[in-house]
Amino acid sequence: MKTFLEEVNEMIGGVPIQRCYHCRKCTAGCPLAFAMEYNPNRVIKMIQMGMKEEVLGSSTIWMCASCETCVTRCPNQVDIARMMDALRQMSIESGRPAKEANVLKFHNAFLANIRLGGRINEPIMMVQYKLASGDLFSDMAMGVGMFMKGKLSLLSPRTRDMKAVRDIFAKTKP
Amino acid sequence: MKVSYYPGCSLHATGKEYGQSVRAVSKALGIELKEVDDWSCCGATSAHSTNFKLSIALPARDLIAAERDAMDVMVPCAACFNRFKTAQHYLDKDKALRSEIESIVGARYQGGIRVRNPLDIVSNDVGLDTLAGKAVRKLTGLKPVSYYGCLLLRPPEVCEFDDYENPVLMDGILGALGADVRSWSYKTDCCGGSLTISKTGIVVKMVDKLMTMAREAEANCLVTACPVCMANLDMRASEHVRLPVFYFTELMALAMGLEGPEGWFKLHNIDPRPLLAGLGLV
Ligand code: SF4
Ligand code: SF4
Repeated sequence: MKTFLEEVNEMIGGVPIQRCYHCRKCTAGCPLAFAMEYNPNRVIKMIQMGMKEEVLGSSTIWMCASCETCVTRCPNQVDIARMMDALRQMSIESGRPAKEANVLKFHNAFLANIRLGGRINEPIMMVQYKLASGDLFSDMAMGVGMFMKGKLSLLSPRTRDMKAVRDIFAKTKP
Repeated sequence: MKVSYYPGCSLHATGKEYGQSVRAVSKALGIELKEVDDWSCCGATSAHSTNFKLSIALPARDLIAAERDAMDVMVPCAACFNRFKTAQHYLDKDKALRSEIESIVGARYQGGIRVRNPLDIVSNDVGLDTLAGKAVRKLTGLKPVSYYGCLLLRPPEVCEFDDYENPVLMDGILGALGADVRSWSYKTDCCGGSLTISKTGIVVKMVDKLMTMAREAEANCLVTACPVCMANLDMRASEHVRLPVFYFTELMALAMGLEGPEGWFKLHNIDPRPLLAGLGLV
């Protein structure tokens, strides 16, 4: 059976994360470290120690904003941003509930919206997110304001070849 | 010159003024835009955060459509730009992945067309001298800080765009228009991206810091090339620190005396017109 470390490295497909020597440059530059449960370099250590439950169940993987500062600055080219993507994907595919449920609900609403019309229709996407998250009232005034300004339209043009788009979703389904 | 053009979803919606100003300045600079046929969404953060293959296949479909026109493809949205460059990066280096993606999309990927942001095209193809010559109304008194954010720059070997710790292309453009560009060290900091919907409180903290630092640099506005950065800065900043935010193309159009800017400025949440009126620019 593969170790957690091997699973993660396989998904990243680049520099093995054990090249990390814990200089903490990634963490020092991470704009979301202040809001994370475990710092980015600590996640690497936890993966090496096989702490799969703790890592996949942590809020850290959902708080990462994919700014790519960590991989840009790492002296060992460890791709933490890609690692965070891989961890999120592993967490979803294992059927675990996301620790930051609304972050995942937003992604799901966004992707469902693409599957529907090929392009994002922001008002419909926001309704889908709001229904899923139960967060019905925040941003309501903002949304109505933008709608009145003509920024958001219910009838934005769609992709014509929707079969091609739906095929992409069907064929990439894990 | 003629280029393919990928507007992406934002430029039809929350980033409407970016889309309209890109079209206006392109026309005025003699850049003909051919929209990519029947494009679809690049998948943005939500695709790569949850499903790697989907995150490559979605922009691959658009790249393949753009390849039929065999021209550079202009991608103004920083988020789309990043996804296009990332897809090219993986498709070019990983043959097994490429054939898998080709079978998912149902078409061949050739490679070889360049994905370009208008900051690059204006700076390197049009040139700052030509631009300065077209600026009939110099932006005197405007003190912007250039805000590049994450997605145009990182990771540098994927984006291949400007200096990744101290980018200067936007500064050059704004300077050519007569603005007094302020230097600051927050050019490439993150605005919080798509967490703005699901983790609003955190994004407020991040944009408030950017606004505070822009004020410390004695700026009177911020300038961006990204609809996500624009939405976060323009809509999430707290009232006591906020400053007007522009797309660089809006300021180009203003300086070039083109039709449109006043209508675009009305779409902003933080109304920039009092600042511009005070400087005699509207
Ligand atoms: S910057 Fe790289 S080497 Fe340093 S702690 Fe982070 S991942 Fe490890
Ligand atoms: S990509 Fe994620 S982990 Fe890396 S610096 Fe940005 S927010 Fe932090």
